[in-house]
Amino acid sequence: MAGRVLVGVKRVIDYAVKIRVKPDKTGVVTDGVKHSMNPFCEIAVEEAVRLREKKLMKEVIAVSCGPQQCQETIRTALAMGADRGIHVEVSGKDYENLGPLQVSKIMAALAKKEEASLVIVGKQAIDGDCNQTGQMTAALLDWPQGTFASEVSVDGDGLKVEREIDGGLESVRIKMPAVVTADLRLNEPRYATLPNIMKAKKKKIASVKPADLGVELTSRLEILAVEDPPQRQSGVKVESVQDLVTKLRDSGTL
Amino acid sequence: MTFNWVQRISKLSRWQGAFQSCIFSCKRYSVQEQCRVPNSVVEAFRAVTGSDGVSMGTAVREQHGKDESVHSCRPPDVVVWPRSVEEVSALARLCHQHSLPMIPFGTGTGLEGGVGALKGGVCFDLQKMDRVLDFHAEDFDVTVEPGVTRIGLNSYLRDSGLWFPVDPGADASLCGMAATSASGTNAVRYGTMRENVMNLEVVLSDGTIVHTAGKGRRTRKTAAGYNLTNLFVGSEGTLGIITKATLRLYGIPEAVVSAVCSFSSVQAAVDSTVQILQCGIPIARIEFLDDVMIDACNRYSKLSYPVSPTLFLEFHGSERSLEEQVSLAEEITKANSGLDFIWAKDQETRSRLWKARHDAWYAALAIRPRCKAYSTDVCVPISKLPQIIVETKQDLTQNRLTGPIAGHVGDGNFHCLMVLDPTDPDEVQRVQEFTDRLARRALAMDGTCTGEHGVGLGKRALLREEVGPLCMGVMEGVKAYLDPQNLMNPGKVL
Repeated sequence: MAGRVLVGVKRVIDYAVKIRVKPDKTGVVTDGVKHSMNPFCEIAVEEAVRLREKKLMKEVIAVSCGPQQCQETIRTALAMGADRGIHVEVSGKDYENLGPLQVSKIMAALAKKEEASLVIVGKQAIDGDCNQTGQMTAALLDWPQGTFASEVSVDGDGLKVEREIDGGLESVRIKMPAVVTADLRLNEPRYATLPNIMKAKKKKIASVKPADLGVELTSRLEILAVEDPPQRQSGVKVESVQDLVTKLRDSGTL
Repeated sequence: MTFNWVQRISKLSRWQGAFQSCIFSCKRYSVQEQCRVPNSVVEAFRAVTGSDGVSMGTAVREQHGKDESVHSCRPPDVVVWPRSVEEVSALARLCHQHSLPMIPFGTGTGLEGGVGALKGGVCFDLQKMDRVLDFHAEDFDVTVEPGVTRIGLNSYLRDSGLWFPVDPGADASLCGMAATSASGTNAVRYGTMRENVMNLEVVLSDGTIVHTAGKGRRTRKTAAGYNLTNLFVGSEGTLGIITKATLRLYGIPEAVVSAVCSFSSVQAAVDSTVQILQCGIPIARIEFLDDVMIDACNRYSKLSYPVSPTLFLEFHGSERSLEEQVSLAEEITKANSGLDFIWAKDQETRSRLWKARHDAWYAALAIRPRCKAYSTDVCVPISKLPQIIVETKQDLTQNRLTGPIAGHVGDGNFHCLMVLDPTDPDEVQRVQEFTDRLARRALAMDGTCTGEHGVGLGKRALLREEVGPLCMGVMEGVKAYLDPQNLMNPGKVL
């Protein structure tokens, strides 16, 4: 049964940082800002490592697409227990325009190349909030998908995935190879400890270019503007219910 | 010297009344209608911090006049939000010129009324200074500003394999923790703030900025000069405003095992603790909950622990060393007739096992709705623990008081969470007398009246009893030198 797990990890601005929009409104300030692994990707890595520790999978490969700094994110995944890493080099304008469609094409190509039985990614990244990569990857590979997973277990030659949906929980059984996207309650990721960080330095990270995988990076999306949400206006106190009703009428709310 | 005998005596009698009036007047406080701070000075503050860095709004002042203790709200006259140490210094100079009291404010999670502005004045809310500076992973140190909290720092460090283990429960400001010499459940293994602050940047009452170990210095040890760093640790804002703290970091444990074991008697539980320590097991957390507390936790968190004295243990280490630690600890508990040594390794089960301990405060409050809780905080040498806990429980029963016990027994420190009805003068009186007796019982056993919460507002007379008049004289001398006008958080500690 034991196959390979491919885990996608994304380097994003750390969740605790206060985001600032660039004055030219083309994006957010990223220079000198603390970056770390997307929290849902941490959960994905943890799940993959647990599957390997239970001997249900034999190898965990961490993948990240982006500039040189992505290697730090892959190293964190290695420190959490991934066996090796793949850095897909994307930089400059290509990186600014990198979106779920291109990443899924890359993941699909790698899944085939590495003969993976399972692809796990976070349900969404906290910068784009797209929630598309896992689904698109499954579609490109024509593999079944278990998204928003809050529990994953091996069931014969397939997986039983419990999904968090609007109405509650849904259980699906999917055949392998499959794509799973990790939701918040899937697990509590482990911390990278010092000995594991040291060991991770010796693990291999292979570098590859999108062109080598036959993936074309042109984006069909153009970001027009990035703006702050409107400033919160101060409230107005009224003396009586009549006043309140008048004010609501004046503002067009009533 | 600023302090004279008349003031000292009046302070003593004020303390005795202070506790009672504090409990009584939980909901009432006097809001100064006439602000002590002249408008011109407020404008000068604004010139330093920017117009949104100063507030005199009632709600804002009330928020800054209380912490998580039972002491009543004592709002300052003005709240300022400096954004840098230069601004803190400029504001301090202004306050010094106009003889205005200054109260530093971090997260307001203190337990001894330390932020109450007894004489009004200016509250320095330091939360805008929230940078993590100078992180040196190879040297295991990091410098933080006052707005950085414990959980915030550990989140920042999570990819590096390092953490700051001092854990007082609340997500407190690290500089605030330095100011109160905070401790927590991990102290038995990792120490308290006293052992883990390497350097501080402090603004004194006249605006002077000092680095207690020298600017930028961050060695693991030093023999250079007087230990000014530890003078300010635990000074509770009475000697200066801490604007940076350089902290010692530790490696995140490779593996963690949590365990729970209940006992038929307090004596057995505490004896186990003492023996575990005397065996040299490097236990990371060892917490004691008495039967009253366990019962409260069962009800509150819907758990089903056996209702008897219980130890919550946590072990840190490599996989192999954990096996050794856990099996030796289990042997010891069995030898003391411990029942059901349950342990777990994975994160989720460990959280469940320890849930009772985490919710203890709220569980205690839930025992008697509409009541307030006051936590005692004595600490004694470990060998005296069995005696003091047993005597304290007898005292509680004899005086019909609700006081579930939770304690960091590994340090000899335990808390009685006194749940009381603040509107019942008889109960208030009995609680006050009980805490008096408890503190004196601890002092008589070579202990201290406060293991980790600090002296704040309510324990000043006990501090005097604890260190004696000659030592108090030295402390007052230091205070007089650093703060001759008594502007720094007046009415606290001394």
